[in-house]
Amino acid sequence: MAPVTRVMRVIVLLAALLSTAMPVSAWQPQPPKEFVPVDDIPQGEQIPAINMVAGAYGFVWLAVLGYVWSIGRRLKHVESELADLESRRK
Amino acid sequence: MRKLTTPFIGLSAAMLFVAPWLINAAPYESTMGLVQKVFYFHFPSAILFLVSAIVCGIASLRFLFFKKASADAWAVASAELGLLFGAMTLVTGPLWARKAWGVWWVWDPRLTMSLVLFLIFAAYAMLRKYAGPGSERLAAGLALFGMLNVPFIYVSVNIWRTLHPMTSVVPTLPTEFGIPLWFCFAAFTMLFVALLNLRATLALQQARVEALYLDEDE
Repeated sequence: MAPVTRVMRVIVLLAALLSTAMPVSAWQPQPPKEFVPVDDIPQGEQIPAINMVAGAYGFVWLAVLGYVWSIGRRLKHVESELADLESRRK
Repeated sequence: MRKLTTPFIGLSAAMLFVAPWLINAAPYESTMGLVQKVFYFHFPSAILFLVSAIVCGIASLRFLFFKKASADAWAVASAELGLLFGAMTLVTGPLWARKAWGVWWVWDPRLTMSLVLFLIFAAYAMLRKYAGPGSERLAAGLALFGMLNVPFIYVSVNIWRTLHPMTSVVPTLPTEFGIPLWFCFAAFTMLFVALLNLRATLALQQARVEALYLDEDE
């Protein structure tokens, strides 16, 4: 197939795809503009908010502290290895 | 730059220590109540998750075109931070959603693409660790896909119907919510810069060690 024909086919295909995508996106309802709560969950399924907040903050703190510790340990290890290699070269 | 690392870590640690008091003093959001306070850590983590992808993509481009070892070190560092901040975003988000929406997870475009970005960072890290020589170029190509994902993640909530709030929420926050949010954001950003610098230094030192071992073998 000639390159020009191939390019034309791609353009026609893209135009067809876009023409079907646009009406679909127009049908979509507007997304909420602010926080929308759910207040009709059965009592048995409700989890106290404090557990969620404590879990979220606890995870962030643990992740940050764990990562700082891990970087410190790796830096210490690589620096001692580097010093060892450089002293061997001398 | 390395001189700034210790003060940055110290200052961000002090700010993160003070943050719970500011967050506690902020008023409750009228409809969600206490659980909305997850927002003060979730939002900075999410933004820095996206920033990691941009830094990783730009550094990878520089590495692919100019073959700079320092660019590769920045790419490795930002990919690892992408995993850290991505994990924080993807854990704090569902904890908030379970209470606010009644579900842990929905497969909406923002959440799905954020998970894909996290998986791209995980693939990047595994490539660098296990794929052997030449993996840095493969990983750099992958990082470009990660960076291309960022604008879609950001605007997706404004285009498709979703439970996730739109991007207009943060700029229109009342001051009493904004003060703790931007305070936490500043603390997380300083932490990000300090950790990025430390991790890049580590990557450069590891490259030096490898070069010295190769010299010894020859």
